[in-house]
Amino acid sequence: MKQDNHGKNHKYGMVIDLDKCTGCGSCMVACMSENNVPFKEDETRKKDSITWMRVYKLTNGKPFPETEICYMPRPCMHCGGKGDHGHSPCVSVCPAVATDYDHSTGIVSQIYTRCFGCRYCMGACPYHVRYFNWWDPKWPEGMENYLSPDVSPRMRGVVEKCSFCFHRYQQAKDRAYVEEREEIEEQEYQTACTQACPAGAITFGDLNNPDHAVHQMVKPDPHACGKPRNPKAFRLLERLETNPKVYYISERDWVRKAGDNYLEGEWEKVKNNHDKGHE
Amino acid sequence: MDSALIPEGAKRCPFPVFAAGIAIVGVVVLWGVYAMGLCWLKGLNQTNMNDYYGFALWIWADLAVIAIGGGAFFTGLLRYVFGIDELKNIINLTVVIGFICYSSALLILAIDIGQPLRGWFIFWHANVHSMLTEVAFCLSLYFSVLTIEFIPLILENRQVDKVPFFHNLGHNMHGVMAIFAATGAFLSCFHQGSLGGVAGVMYARPFAYREGLLVWPWTFFLFTWSAAAYGPCFTLTVLKMFEGITKKKLVKDNVVHLLAKISGWMIFTYIIAKIIDTIYWATVTAPSQGFKLMDFYSDNAFYGIWILILEIVICGIVPAIILTKKSFRENSRLLLIAVVLGTLGVCLNRWVMVLQIMAVPVMSFDTWALYFPSWQEIATTVLPVAYGIILIALAYRYLPVFPQEKELNAD
Repeated sequence: MKQDNHGKNHKYGMVIDLDKCTGCGSCMVACMSENNVPFKEDETRKKDSITWMRVYKLTNGKPFPETEICYMPRPCMHCGGKGDHGHSPCVSVCPAVATDYDHSTGIVSQIYTRCFGCRYCMGACPYHVRYFNWWDPKWPEGMENYLSPDVSPRMRGVVEKCSFCFHRYQQAKDRAYVEEREEIEEQEYQTACTQACPAGAITFGDLNNPDHAVHQMVKPDPHACGKPRNPKAFRLLERLETNPKVYYISERDWVRKAGDNYLEGEWEKVKNNHDKGHE
Repeated sequence: MDSALIPEGAKRCPFPVFAAGIAIVGVVVLWGVYAMGLCWLKGLNQTNMNDYYGFALWIWADLAVIAIGGGAFFTGLLRYVFGIDELKNIINLTVVIGFICYSSALLILAIDIGQPLRGWFIFWHANVHSMLTEVAFCLSLYFSVLTIEFIPLILENRQVDKVPFFHNLGHNMHGVMAIFAATGAFLSCFHQGSLGGVAGVMYARPFAYREGLLVWPWTFFLFTWSAAAYGPCFTLTVLKMFEGITKKKLVKDNVVHLLAKISGWMIFTYIIAKIIDTIYWATVTAPSQGFKLMDFYSDNAFYGIWILILEIVICGIVPAIILTKKSFRENSRLLLIAVVLGTLGVCLNRWVMVLQIMAVPVMSFDTWALYFPSWQEIATTVLPVAYGIILIALAYRYLPVFPQEKELNAD
């Protein structure tokens, strides 16, 4: 009998090269389309518009002509939590286990039919990656015909967020199972935003697999809760110990500095370490 | 018209006046019920909450009423478990207030969740690691205990008491009330603490996060302590309001002063713990997460350092001094100032722990999230207050809430 070993010891994650990102928004559109994210009648109300993948615009704060812009795509961070044992900020607070940490993939799931909309997970998440369905989902007339059959639309009153296109993982796994393979190939499971990015700024794969591009790009240190060994790489709010699986890469100091809240004098130490890493 | 229902020997205003008062407050209730209906039928889009600000004004009200309702469990503990007999003259009032506060809290929670029909999931799919699960269990169970504590008072209504079965039931329930009071104190301790834990365990929110003992952050203990300390302040505030409105003395001074003294010492010890907690958080916990104290109180239009000073100094240290010093607390004006400040202080603490934590930006490129509640949120927050006024007015009119009233107003 075939053994299903898929997913064991995997840790799917994403690396986003901020120096390549042009802020075109393709990732946002692809994500919305892939995951049946509904439209709103008034999209100007940004704070209750649903965008699983959101692109922030950062600036170095300097006047022209020294002004620099960086676009930062921000999906769910799929936090591993303190000690990488699945103690994600959102998972441990949900009273009904509507969100959970999958130890075989490292993906933080969201069970819409279990969620009753207390929004505690939203309160616990510092990245604002979770969205509450304030409205009934609506699509322009005829658009409902183009909904993805693999992703359930969410009803009003529940929280939703990026799932790293988990349905694609399921499809890849099923395909491998049929073909009597135990592992899925790197390119078999890719998120919609990764595929859509025209600049190739987003890379997706198994952070635990040394053969995968994401691993080679950041070289996560297994002894330091996945902290990157690549000195150009960083994660958002690293010191909060949320242990995200989304890594960012940038050559620019001010961009890396924007990744966390550094107190006076702290950034210089980080930068020194970074410079030593380059030597 | 309803004189047969009024406690024997007690004087009450004419029924039409009472009915008119109830009708006026009833209009406010109906306004709140309409807003509640909108939230249930149309959804939480009726509020001004958003994905940055997911906890509404009413969640603050929820925590605030639970805190000020803490007088019920603490006075019950003192009366039934520690045997402080004088408090029997004010225990009925605390039970009524507690019942109102906890039923209001449950009502607010029922409005707050996005899928009210799935509210039972919190019990069925309970996540034992979530502080909110503990809150839900303890809140529901403690409300049951408060109901059991309230029933004997209802059975003491002049007409109900004439029925032998109800008379005996009420008498027997009084006999075992110590068990329920002790159970209630235990449950309430836990859920007050869990409400503090709800904020304190959010380790990715530096404004809320606290280190602590085992699985409990310091806010767990501070919330329980503050509810026990400030709850009696609210009881005394309500008593003073009653005495002002009815122009009668309803509870003897020795009882009031005793409860005020206990509350004062509780506030005194609590505020020391709160100051230590604040200093540790501001100098150790927050800096370890990349924040200075003033990061939480600057760069926005509302949350200044004044809020911390108001909570700790004006609404903490000042009432503690007034209530612990005999000559101060026996001055009726100073006593009133102290209990009102105490009530405001605990409500302010809950405001900070519910609403300010949502407003503080965490990512370095993020901004403060300020919001103003919609009328539906305001109406549903006022709803429990109006409901409470009606219930307490009915209780005062028809039930022996104040056992010393007859003696104190014999003429």
